[in-house]
Amino acid sequence: MGEVKTIVGGSSGESFFTTKFESLLAWARKYSLFQYPFATACCGMEFFAVASPRYDIARFGAEAPRFSPRQSDVLWVVGTISQRQGPALKRIYEQMAEPKWVVSFGTCASCGGFYDNYTTIPGVDKIIPVDVYIPGCPPRPEAVLDGLMLLMEKIQKGNREPVTVLPKVVPELAQLRGKRALPIAGGGSKEGA
Amino acid sequence: MSAKVVKKLQSVLGDAILETSSFRGDEEVRVALKDWVRVAQVLRDDPELAMNHWTDLTAVDWPEREVEGQPRFDVLFSVRSFEKKHRIRVKTYVKDGEDVPTLTTVWAGANWAEREVFDMFGIRFAGHRDLRRILMYDEFVGYPLRKDYPIDRVQPLVEYRDADDTLKLPPFGIEEGQPFARVDWEERLAGRDEQVSPSIAVQTGQRRALSDSEIAEAQFAKKPEESAAE
Repeated sequence: MGEVKTIVGGSSGESFFTTKFESLLAWARKYSLFQYPFATACCGMEFFAVASPRYDIARFGAEAPRFSPRQSDVLWVVGTISQRQGPALKRIYEQMAEPKWVVSFGTCASCGGFYDNYTTIPGVDKIIPVDVYIPGCPPRPEAVLDGLMLLMEKIQKGNREPVTVLPKVVPELAQLRGKRALPIAGGGSKEGA
Repeated sequence: MSAKVVKKLQSVLGDAILETSSFRGDEEVRVALKDWVRVAQVLRDDPELAMNHWTDLTAVDWPEREVEGQPRFDVLFSVRSFEKKHRIRVKTYVKDGEDVPTLTTVWAGANWAEREVFDMFGIRFAGHRDLRRILMYDEFVGYPLRKDYPIDRVQPLVEYRDADDTLKLPPFGIEEGQPFARVDWEERLAGRDEQVSPSIAVQTGQRRALSDSEIAEAQFAKKPEESAAE
């Protein structure tokens, strides 16, 4: 929670802390995200997995789905968005009250995936601004939770810059792949290459 | 197993069956467009055939055939019989702009299949009661599964965001389709092409523009400056 100063004192031993109002507000916001799941495709299954007890998105205070955009804070775009769905998605985004955030869940929502054709929007950021991109086809629940934690970090910092969940390098796998491993740009390690 | 269907059709319709073929148990007959509905009725009503399950109707575009003066499209439907456990595919040739008589009067299930073929190929079905697009939106121009539909052409309903009017920019280039397709794999395997998004790689000179859409995009990017100069 940003700058926190704890002061212990007083004759009766009571204590209090001081912080900035924005920090306190951001802290409250990031632990009470109401989500709108706009699930259109197979990624939806993975979203259910994240929401269910095994991965338990409720740990992050984001367990309440709201199927009205007017009551939600985070729009999860989960799956392929066709050109025909574009107006509906844009309208839902516009109906959300500020402050609002958008998470692009999976490859199709982030860039169109392999649907490089007349029917699919090549990434929802072509029509609405996106805060967090979670790559993967579909992303594993761990990656989704990574994305949610990135979003919470952004909310705390007041940062509106888009971020991407970076791939995790598993040392054992890199070793197995040996020299055939392709270099990964960004967060990936090149030790295996 | 369905060879007897072809024999039966030949005995009933005679010369109307122009051509037959068989591939691993899948029988196909070709008929003229004028016999299209008659064949369907025989298939459904003949007690030995009893085709009571509509499977699908689709089309194939052969633009090179039109150059040779042949009809451009194949239109074909598949039906099967639950009782007799046999099936058949019936094909006809259709010229561009030529109407195909509807099969909805024979099998009601043909309704949506014919709408889909109309939507994707622009083939009209005469007598269909509700012939309008089923998958694409009404604003869509052209027929996307025709071979002459440009592979890069998209017709967005919502105007794409422009970098100038947005507070937030995506971490990769605007208009980007997919970071893992249209990759020059030889370059990649030789280690000269890092796995970055194509538009960034083009901007930094890591790889050349490969697709028509990227070339068009580069040209499009230049245009606003020119129009501003005017």
